[in-house]
Amino acid sequence: MSEPDASAATAGGDTPLLELRGIHKSFGAVEVLRGVDLKVRSGRVTALVGDNGAGKSTLIKGVAGIHNFDAGEYLYEGVPVEVHDPKAANALGIEVVYQDLALCNNLDVVHNMFLGREVMKGITLNEDVMEARARKTLDGLAVRTLRSVRQPVASLSGGQRQTVAIARAVLWNSKLVILDEPTAALGVAQTEQVLRLVRQLADNGLGVILISHNLGDVMQVADDIAVLYLGQLAAQVDTKDVQRNQVVELITAGRSGDIGLSPAMAEVAL
Amino acid sequence: MTTTPAEQVAEGQEPGGVAGAVHAYVDRLRGGDLGSLPAMLGLAALVLLFGSLEGDRFLSSFNFANLVGQSAMVIVIAMGLIFVLLLGEIDLAAGFTAGMCAAVLGVTMTEHGWPLALGLGACLLTGVVVGLAQGVLVANLGIPSFVVTLATFLAFQGVLLLIIGDGGTIGIRDETILAIQNDNLPVWGGWLLALVVVGGYALLTLMRRRGRAAAGLATEAFTVWLAKTGLLAVVILAVTYFLNEERSRRPEITSIKGIPYVLPLILVLFVGLTFLLTRTNFGRHVYAVGGNAEAARRAGISVVRVKIICFVLCSTLAAVAGILFASRDNSVSPTTGGTLTLLLAVGAAVIGGTSLFGGKGRIVDAITGGLVVGVILNGLPLLTQEAGIQFAVTGAVLLIAASVDALSRRRSVSG
Ligand SMILES: Nc1ncnc2c1ncn2[C@@H]1O[C@H](COP(=O)(O)OP(=O)(O)O)[C@@H](O)[C@H]1O
Ligand SMILES: [Mg+2]
Repeated sequence: MSEPDASAATAGGDTPLLELRGIHKSFGAVEVLRGVDLKVRSGRVTALVGDNGAGKSTLIKGVAGIHNFDAGEYLYEGVPVEVHDPKAANALGIEVVYQDLALCNNLDVVHNMFLGREVMKGITLNEDVMEARARKTLDGLAVRTLRSVRQPVASLSGGQRQTVAIARAVLWNSKLVILDEPTAALGVAQTEQVLRLVRQLADNGLGVILISHNLGDVMQVADDIAVLYLGQLAAQVDTKDVQRNQVVELITAGRSGDIGLSPAMAEVAL
Repeated sequence: MTTTPAEQVAEGQEPGGVAGAVHAYVDRLRGGDLGSLPAMLGLAALVLLFGSLEGDRFLSSFNFANLVGQSAMVIVIAMGLIFVLLLGEIDLAAGFTAGMCAAVLGVTMTEHGWPLALGLGACLLTGVVVGLAQGVLVANLGIPSFVVTLATFLAFQGVLLLIIGDGGTIGIRDETILAIQNDNLPVWGGWLLALVVVGGYALLTLMRRRGRAAAGLATEAFTVWLAKTGLLAVVILAVTYFLNEERSRRPEITSIKGIPYVLPLILVLFVGLTFLLTRTNFGRHVYAVGGNAEAARRAGISVVRVKIICFVLCSTLAAVAGILFASRDNSVSPTTGGTLTLLLAVGAAVIGGTSLFGGKGRIVDAITGGLVVGVILNGLPLLTQEAGIQFAVTGAVLLIAASVDALSRRRSVSG
């Protein structure tokens, strides 16, 4: 499944859900992304890793429509698309779970999941439909840790809050879910629970981009790993084809053995 | 997966009916969500205190009707303030907004002879414009509401003084406006209103139960519904009975009995605003902005729009309170809506359970808290004529309420 060259992809016949080609993005004089290629397939967890400042957040913000890329192709289900604002990304079925989650503590689980997109019956909220759909979504994700969908988010643990944020993202028939460091603030048991949920998303047929600093998590849950090195894609490889120390090398040096940037390129990047 | 349906059923059954509901309520209290409990306890304690010390005067139905009329303005201003407090903002000018709008009513109707509808329209429109201006300054320019409304607090006080003149008053002569705070529903009308309220509540909650059951969702136990409806019926019928008693000191000359018109007015505001806050998406967005403005923004909610509407509602309700002031005093003066008014209204909302930190509060808080404040205002003069003591006690009560708010918030944040 790993396609180091473009000809294999066309030969494979199945178009990636999301494909980025030659993405460039600068902030003023600083070129943060310099020709990034990325493929994300439905039903797979694609981990996006890289050192601090490599450009991971900038890349996903571009995908989510928060920034505009300066140059490069953005293909969604094989079709070139223009995503200039978050609403356009949502309309395509792209949802982002941000690191700080952005939940309202004073509202309950259902209210948070439907915030800003409430189901209405005339001028009133259709609480029954929203509650039933929230339950169904959580059940579909095999979430069993919530006592009630009517409890305020303030009363939930970190892992449960992450669960709600993820469930909120998949509620909208989304096709691509992007998670920025979903386990950064969690303990061992809760991390396990969230990773299982991330796996479940892909098993339900969604494309998933997982940004993480924890290589243990990445090796455990990801199907393939995209390594950003100083604004370039060092490599996108199948998890089963690489060892953990090779990924570490890719992150720190941009290359490992015969995978990664050519020595010349890695030099230039520095 | 296999345990999920079982859990749903368990959730739906609410083991123990009333006992289970009580248990859940105690859990909520422990979690720091005190609801109306402090206000209810405070009200009971105050009624016991004043009742035992000055029973004859304090517990008379005459004094009870008086209490309703006295508290009405504070309650209505507090209802408006709750929208602003829910955002974590404040409107320090709401008292003088009421006074200024009352002055507009007086000037247009008494001095220029405008008909009732136009006078009321001008009064309410003044409130809308004030709220719009304050809201834009806070939401669009990002000036802290504390500063904006401290400035308007002073400015409106000045405008009120300019309109009316130092030491002057504008009399209110319109029958309808005077009736709001000085006339009562006929006795049969009071009973009818009581029946409509209790029956309406019973019907609506029953329909909601059936709707949820039909959708396969958890419903509260029937016994819990019965207990709630029964409690409401007892309270409403008792109040109606009490206010339908003869309360004239000389019944043979003039008979005074019945529910004051202001009470159904407050009831309509309560039902309407509660509907707005709990059943519409606008209301939901108010809570969201107060709880986490950044989350609301990312969810696609226009935070600026929500804030402006809340300020408009607050000032417009202050204008309604201005009408009540004019009705009760038969006139408007430079101090209408001044002195303690704003402090009492904020106190009412906070005592009722609305948080000063935003995100938490209900319209009913204005009524429960407003009654506590009203009972203090009404009862203290029976004990002491010393204004200094009255100020000090009122200030202390507000501080206690704010402390309870801060402590319960800490409790719910720490888990
Ligand atoms: N809005 C911005 N303006 C200027 N520079 C930015 C901005 N956002 C990110 N950068 C820079 O882009 C680089 C990559 O940042 P980022 O995408 O956040 O990396 P990562 O998420 O991989 O840690 C950093 O050097 C950062 O300082
Ligand atoms: Mg980042």
